[in-house]
Amino acid sequence: MIVQALGVRTVDDLSEFGTDPWWLSLIKAVLIFVFLLLLTLFNIWFERRVVARMQHRAGPNKNGPFGLLQSLADAMKLMLKEDIMVKAADRLLYVLAPVISVIMAFLAFAVIPFGPVVDVPFTDRQTPLQLTDLPVGVLFVIAVASVGIYGIVLGGWASGSTYSLLGGMRSTAQVISYEVAMSLALVAVFLYAGSLSTSEIVNAQQRLWYALILLPSFIIFWVSMVGETNRAPFDMPEAEGELVAGYFTEYSSMKFAMFFLAEYINMVTVSAVATTLFLGGWRAPWPLSLWDGANAGYWPVLWFLAKVMMFMFVFVWLRGTLPRVRYDQFMALGWKVLIPVALLWTVAVATIRAMTLDGGLDRRVLVGGALVAVLLFLLLSIVGERAPKEEPEAEEQPFDPFAGGYPVPPMPGQRLPRPEPAGVVPGGAQPDQEDDTARRSATEEGD
Amino acid sequence: MDLYLPILGLAVLGAGFAVVTIVTSALVGPKRYNRAKLDSYECGIEPTPQPAGGGRFPVKYYITAMMFIVFDIEIVFLFPWAVAFDSMGIFALVEMVLFIATVFLAYAYVWRRGGLEWD
Amino acid sequence: MSVVGLLFLLMGAMAVGSALLVVTTARLVHSALWLVVTLGALAGCYLLLGAEFVAWVQILIYVGAVVVLLLFALMLTRAPTGVQTGLTTGNRVVAAATAGVVGLVLVTVVVAGFGGARVSVDEESVGSATSMGDAIFRHWVLPFEVLSVLLLAALVGAIVLSRGRASSGEETP
Repeated sequence: MIVQALGVRTVDDLSEFGTDPWWLSLIKAVLIFVFLLLLTLFNIWFERRVVARMQHRAGPNKNGPFGLLQSLADAMKLMLKEDIMVKAADRLLYVLAPVISVIMAFLAFAVIPFGPVVDVPFTDRQTPLQLTDLPVGVLFVIAVASVGIYGIVLGGWASGSTYSLLGGMRSTAQVISYEVAMSLALVAVFLYAGSLSTSEIVNAQQRLWYALILLPSFIIFWVSMVGETNRAPFDMPEAEGELVAGYFTEYSSMKFAMFFLAEYINMVTVSAVATTLFLGGWRAPWPLSLWDGANAGYWPVLWFLAKVMMFMFVFVWLRGTLPRVRYDQFMALGWKVLIPVALLWTVAVATIRAMTLDGGLDRRVLVGGALVAVLLFLLLSIVGERAPKEEPEAEEQPFDPFAGGYPVPPMPGQRLPRPEPAGVVPGGAQPDQEDDTARRSATEEGD
Repeated sequence: MDLYLPILGLAVLGAGFAVVTIVTSALVGPKRYNRAKLDSYECGIEPTPQPAGGGRFPVKYYITAMMFIVFDIEIVFLFPWAVAFDSMGIFALVEMVLFIATVFLAYAYVWRRGGLEWD
Repeated sequence: MSVVGLLFLLMGAMAVGSALLVVTTARLVHSALWLVVTLGALAGCYLLLGAEFVAWVQILIYVGAVVVLLLFALMLTRAPTGVQTGLTTGNRVVAAATAGVVGLVLVTVVVAGFGGARVSVDEESVGSATSMGDAIFRHWVLPFEVLSVLLLAALVGAIVLSRGRASSGEETP
């Protein structure tokens, strides 16, 4: 199978694109726009419901069937809220920042292929299910994403608040760090596909998805796309315990909603890019692909959506499972693990490809070598595994609750002194509460 | 240029949507003046005045941005290299390995000097 | 004049106009943003000339990375949101004259170097990633390798400047 996947391809053929009449392009643009808005409303609901299930709650279920209209209600409510322009803000940039965020979020979807060439209903035209494609499609997505950073950095700065500024700086540093890892992970894909155009890359995955042959790239991309979108467990810019709400602390009403929208669209965008570059785009997954009609007509949109929603589910799953990591751990993961690994992997892939192209290396030798490497790795990981070091049993030390003049928690080996019951009468748990209620009603009367 | 017109259309749609909703919410929403409401958020207390000339940020942010530029430049060379790789073979590979090795040297230096630490 | 030619003129005017605003705006961060407009307009020029790959690289590197670095540097020193009059130079005439001379030299160099060159803009593949890759890795190998040394120097310089005393004593976070 790999033989076909490695086959040499022809030059980019984008003749299908740029031929649509203006009304068809407009319809497609409006469809993508509406699709992204609806999908965002759906995803907010989806996230809340799934996280609720994971936490044994019901989640929003009142507005509309299954609570589906909850996010629409939230949006309407935000719309009717007061639009606050904080005093310290730089007025122009304060408004511009969310607008930039949202435009850039929409733009990236212009080159995402939803499906193959189809017949347009009610006409005899044919058109690809993709707004447009560029010979440099993926570069366009990355460039647009990098411009989207301005929404964050300007929003943080223009608010004129310390929390916003800190959140904006953090978020920017985070996004640019993971953008590097993300782009490096894509190089191997371009090596195999020989093109930067999204539709060409989907076509190149006819036989085999790149997620299978380029698994390390896929994993690096997946990890960095969570970091790139500021999602849990990498949501330090919004760490409410440290920074209130990060760069949008000072935003309210629809301007806040724009940041929110941009964040959710960005999640869909990176999921769609991952789908396109690694999971065969709109192509049907294996058992379905045996059916001839699976990759024709409008069916592929369904497979595409299913794959995107799979990524979305993992986003939610991560949020429901993992606690937030520390900022230094996060940056260390990006700069010290993901980037060097991505670089080495790229060089390795290129080496293998150069050797197979030259014909100097038989594919069987390669597979054998890979097998030996995997076996060696497994062997080493078994042999090298030492018994986990016993944590030294801390000696029992007296606990000083005010060591150094500050109230401190007990260290390992120290034990909290048994709390002395203060003013609790055994058998009578109620008096406190009654007391409280009595006091509250007294104050209310006083008002 | 035909390939870019739809992108322009989508951008106009997005911009129109953002502007219309923000303007609508500004018109529809209530306006109740309150001096404290327009202050910067600071947990309900008077906002701390920003230090004049002082109060600087950790320089690590700067180093991160610098590293980002360097790696970004490496990436924009890697992209055409990857696309044109098949027609060039071993020679291109050697060139790129040399390039990556030099940049890696800089990377190792930054790491060694603690430029990657966020303590 | 063709539509492309008209757009090209428009983009060029935009680049020059916003470049002037970069140096005349009194707010630091605003002038950084006018720089974004300048660089973006330049990218538009590249695009209209058929250099598709270079245009998006321009956006990615200059707009997405270099100006972000500038903004970081501004914010490192807490650029305030107001107008800063103290930072405007008094030597407007001298500055303008210097800029004019530098511009003249650059134009002369470009005209002398590429004056007679003709590239067909209509050819689709002229600015694609593949042809760029071919050009760089076949014909411009030495500059490419020298560039890596430049990047090395840049990073080492950044570290030395920012962490100069890091080895001798502990630095402040």
